[in-house]
Amino acid sequence: MFDDFIIRAFAAGIGLALITGPLGCFIIWRRLSYFGDTIAHSALLGVVIAYAMNFNLIIAVFAVSCFIALSLLFLQKRTNLPDDALLGLLAHSVLAIGLVLLGILSFIRIDLMGLLFGDILSVNITDVLFVWIGGSIVLIVLILIWRPLFAATVNLELAKAEGLNADLANAIFTILIASVIAISIKIVGILLITGLLIIPAAASRNLSSTPIQMAIISSVIGLVSVVLGLQTSMIWNSPTGPTILAIALGVFILTLIPLKKLLISKKKIELSN
Amino acid sequence: MNKSLVELNNCGVFRNQKWLVRGVSLKVSQGEIVTLIGPNGSGKSTTAKMSLDILKPDEGTNTIKKDIRISYVPQKISIDWSLPLRSIDFVNLVTKHKTSEINDALGITGIQHLINEDVRNLSGGEFQRLLMARAIAKEPHFLVLDEPVQGVDYSGEIALYKTIQEIVKKINCGILLISHNLHVVMSQTDYVICLNGHVCCSGIPSSVIKDQEYIKLFGSNIDPTLSLYKHNHDHHHLPDGSIDKADKNK
Repeated sequence: MFDDFIIRAFAAGIGLALITGPLGCFIIWRRLSYFGDTIAHSALLGVVIAYAMNFNLIIAVFAVSCFIALSLLFLQKRTNLPDDALLGLLAHSVLAIGLVLLGILSFIRIDLMGLLFGDILSVNITDVLFVWIGGSIVLIVLILIWRPLFAATVNLELAKAEGLNADLANAIFTILIASVIAISIKIVGILLITGLLIIPAAASRNLSSTPIQMAIISSVIGLVSVVLGLQTSMIWNSPTGPTILAIALGVFILTLIPLKKLLISKKKIELSN
Repeated sequence: MNKSLVELNNCGVFRNQKWLVRGVSLKVSQGEIVTLIGPNGSGKSTTAKMSLDILKPDEGTNTIKKDIRISYVPQKISIDWSLPLRSIDFVNLVTKHKTSEINDALGITGIQHLINEDVRNLSGGEFQRLLMARAIAKEPHFLVLDEPVQGVDYSGEIALYKTIQEIVKKINCGILLISHNLHVVMSQTDYVICLNGHVCCSGIPSSVIKDQEYIKLFGSNIDPTLSLYKHNHDHHHLPDGSIDKADKNK
């Protein structure tokens, strides 16, 4: 029999995997993997603020993440620096500010390991609700902005020229990433969230030939990784978040090896027919 | 009758301490092909982007008729390798079409057989045809073509230009065309604008080729009805196969 906390862990993990699938695809398509890291780094500041003001963790992290994301959009327009330099600037300066605050406010005690790597087994029912309600909202919004966002991903000028509101879609997308990172802090932690966004999507790329296919398969791979990862971590008593990612990496490796051979033999069959 | 779709009025774009292009006025109406010609860096693409409102002019005004369908074939577009994208998905990028419509559009540009092909497997010329097909499928009111036939083989180039003319007739759209093929420009378009940072000259093709400014840019020896595109080399080929820049000898 499963204990309650195990069921909560499964519920939270599965919910998270379903959202990170399609979002991760966009992160890969738009070459934003470092952006996920930046937002995640800045989450520490949100956590410190939440503890200092005795405020809801997820909302505080979300607010800080949004602020950082919008700062990036602002800096992109105002400076001539390349994106990766701006992201590096934001990521580490905000992380530094978070650490400085943490040092000054000495009454705050934060489980730093839990923050960095998450602890899916400690999620409570509120966290699960945040994942499922927040996640549903994120998914619905993503579906609503899919066309302009995807068109802008393929070619920004083309999307703008033909009357799509690409700038708005980009800004909303940024906020979606911020929310997913806020939701996931407790589950996989700051250091690993980018992995959960990118690894399933990367594995999915090897299996799919259309964008929507890639988004869906990515969710499925995330889901499989969460389920197998949770079970494995219970058997081996290993840290859960890292185990989930290790399983996802395993799936990625699996998608690399046999597929090309399969495709070739499939083509041979087609040719012989 | 002849309602203008897009109008630029004395427009200019100022970037990095210089004017990319300045003082451009043009008008594209329904059923009309307006062509921009000019050397590299003369502001052709910039002008096209102003007409699409991707670039806001720093002086002058650009007016685009409201609620018109616009199609754009950009000069350069590269698809990221991480994107799994078939031709059919690309045609559906901005507007979703019926499969029959997509088949028709791909058929017009001669790549119907590539409908389910991954975009990254297309050759340069095939991709150019796909860009055209996508633009046509929308049945636009206003179509901007920025060097639409680059990389397309010679016979295909002529066929595509013919297609462009047929489209204008069929769906009665206005076209803003950027082209290097002076033969096509002079024989098949309604109005020519010769750019070189500003409007050198403009008018109907037969009057433009007599204009002194035009002759200065393109030479007087071009008979648009039969000549090939003449151009000056900026380099010599040496007997051993290496290339010698003409500038060095000056």
